[in-house]
Amino acid sequence: MDVPATLKPVQKPTSDAQTHNGAELLIKTLADLGVDTIFGYPGGAVLPIYDALFNNHDLKHVLVRHEQAGVHAADGYSRSTGKPGVVLATSGPGATNTVTGIATAMMDSIPLVVLSGQVPTSVIGNDAFQEADIVGITRPITKQNYLVRDVNNLESVLREAFHIATHGRPGPVLVDMPKDMLNSRAKFKGTKDVDIPSFKPTIHGHQPQIAKAARMLSEAKRPLIYVGGGAILGEAWKEVTEFAERLNIPVTTTLMGLGAFPESKPQSVGMLGMHGTWYANMAMTECDVLLAVGARFDDRVTGRLNGFSQNSRKIHIDIDPSCIGKNVDVEVPIVGDVKRVIPAIDKLATPPQISEWWDTIHTWKKEHPLVVPKADDQIYPQHMIKMISEITEGNAIVVTDVGQHQMWAAQHYQYNHPRSWITSGGLGTMGFGFPAAMGAAMACPDRDVVCITGDGGFQMLTCELATAVEYKIPVKIAIMNNACLGMVRQWQQLFFDNRTSYSVFGSNNPDFVKMADAYGMIGMRATNPKEMREVLEKGMAIKDAPVLMDFSVVKEENCYPMVPSGAALFEMVESDEECKK
Amino acid sequence: MTKDYRHTLSVLVKHNLNTLSRIIGIFSAKGFELASVTFASEADPGMARVTITTYGDEKTVEQINKHLHNVVDVLKVTDLTHKKCIERELAIIKVSTAKVGRPEIMLIAQAFKAKVIDITSDKLALEVTGNTDKVDAMIEVLKPYGIAEMSRSGSVALKREFQGAVNIN
Ligand SMILES: Cc1ncc(C[n+]2csc(CCOP(=O)(O)OP(=O)(O)O)c2C)c(N)n1
Repeated sequence: MDVPATLKPVQKPTSDAQTHNGAELLIKTLADLGVDTIFGYPGGAVLPIYDALFNNHDLKHVLVRHEQAGVHAADGYSRSTGKPGVVLATSGPGATNTVTGIATAMMDSIPLVVLSGQVPTSVIGNDAFQEADIVGITRPITKQNYLVRDVNNLESVLREAFHIATHGRPGPVLVDMPKDMLNSRAKFKGTKDVDIPSFKPTIHGHQPQIAKAARMLSEAKRPLIYVGGGAILGEAWKEVTEFAERLNIPVTTTLMGLGAFPESKPQSVGMLGMHGTWYANMAMTECDVLLAVGARFDDRVTGRLNGFSQNSRKIHIDIDPSCIGKNVDVEVPIVGDVKRVIPAIDKLATPPQISEWWDTIHTWKKEHPLVVPKADDQIYPQHMIKMISEITEGNAIVVTDVGQHQMWAAQHYQYNHPRSWITSGGLGTMGFGFPAAMGAAMACPDRDVVCITGDGGFQMLTCELATAVEYKIPVKIAIMNNACLGMVRQWQQLFFDNRTSYSVFGSNNPDFVKMADAYGMIGMRATNPKEMREVLEKGMAIKDAPVLMDFSVVKEENCYPMVPSGAALFEMVESDEECKK
Repeated sequence: MTKDYRHTLSVLVKHNLNTLSRIIGIFSAKGFELASVTFASEADPGMARVTITTYGDEKTVEQINKHLHNVVDVLKVTDLTHKKCIERELAIIKVSTAKVGRPEIMLIAQAFKAKVIDITSDKLALEVTGNTDKVDAMIEVLKPYGIAEMSRSGSVALKREFQGAVNIN
């Protein structure tokens, strides 16, 4: 287009108040989107961003020591607050290091925005130094991902990325940014509205289905509400709690749903599934009407499918239609936001007459409580969790790694608050716990954050001790030290004739207390219940710095109840002896 | 278990390769069957249509449908299986004329309204268009003569505007 020379805008190549380079635009947009903290690690491709972060006061950047930990930290930040977590990594190895973290978030539907650097557009596809096709690599583990070639699209892509990560069923979104794009200039538009015609999640449930669900629940003889992580993600804990209390229907939660319904309430039957309570698994087996709320009938919950809740009519509320009818046939599917659908059912339902059902459940509870070993002069894992629950009065944010300690922490801590239980449920990622706890502690400075971890999983990302010390992140690391990969050892004992192949560390573990000392933080050890109490009381009192507590626990203890893989829920076993049969 | 059927899904998407990869990825990651897939621009700029044929029971195809919907850049998924639709596939088939000579092959071509598009000393190249059943049928008939090479386009399909009872094929 020909424009008279006098009307042409004057081209200022640099430091133009009207335009910003991609890196500045990125920071400006993040701040505009309400992002206050990002977890990152620098490298060549993202140097323009680090330059823009230098002396920047809009955003807090936390320098982690490994990009995987950065993603887990952002994940913990998100799980504890509901806000999206943000990560920054350089191209190539930086980006590939984020993969496990992204997959972890994807499996648990956690909203994250992962920002990766990329080689300049002119050399993309040339096997340039530190080039990796991260958009291709992360395609199956992101909800959406982008390569931004044109700086003029950067702001709108970022807004779209945050929108997609946080709406509908949440999930991670990756934005890949070539270095030359980060150096090119464009205007900041500040248009907040995001409209993606192809992305319109269903929020309100189908009214006739809602009415049918209400009728089924009102007429049920043995109803059960089965609450999953969707009730936490959808912030529907208040609605679920009021509903279950008013109708006086028993509630079980999944591993991901812990905290969505207070376990102190009489309606709670605790967690179900592979290491769920006897009574929750039996209630699931025997119920006649099942209301699934933001849960996905995962194989760790259902056990053998043809033995799963055979006589129940099933209602399933989920925001993601692909979760409904995937593993288990459902009579009443309701696609929608649980926060809207539950009150809609509540309006139409009347409390069912179920005193006999309650009698049955109370009998189960009495006859098959959670197994806790008798106290002696050793630390039993279950006692360790119970003591943490007691000393924190059930008010801490508990973050775990993966293994036996995770299951005991799920069973024996009493969860009464949402967003207070953070664990990698879907992917089961060892190494998740400690960095996720850092993220939660940074996001929630007013809460106690306890990281209950195994000696195996903790060693996967111990580099983050440096981060915790540098930023004085007051996370309480409680290592359940059984000198082995406990959950692997348990399976080998029970299903492989006790051939403990490569699962026992024995004396090859480091001295964790000395390790803490090397990083300049407080470390304490306890080998008996008395020391445990002292260590925990001292440790929990530290509010301005990280602390590491190493608890030597009984090594051979196994986690029960357990539904052996391939068994039905009602075939769960409660002890080693029973398992041998 | 319901029976496995051939399903034709017409998927309207934003035109970018990431979307196409995501759609194909659903089939490889979840283990769904993918019989054919076509991808081409729509009249509307920036849009494209993916036509997929797959085999599965009703439940599987419902899952495929839902997963396709979950792809952010997918605007619309239409399952044409139980609808009246216009479906076409094109195939180019090189048949050997060594055994029986050209006339017999050309007779078959005629019966299927196929065109001869290339002739060499020992082969004929035929172009056939029709619904997938017709293309399948012609291939079956030609097999005994020796098919040297062939290339099929995969189905493209659209819903018929008129969904009443007619049969113009
Ligand atoms: C990254 C990763 N690798 C391997 C596994 C398999 N795995 C599951 S539990 C477990 C043992 C964990 O041992 P530890 O961290 O000591 O915890 P414990 O079971 O003893 O409480 C292993 C190896 C995993 N979940 N994640």
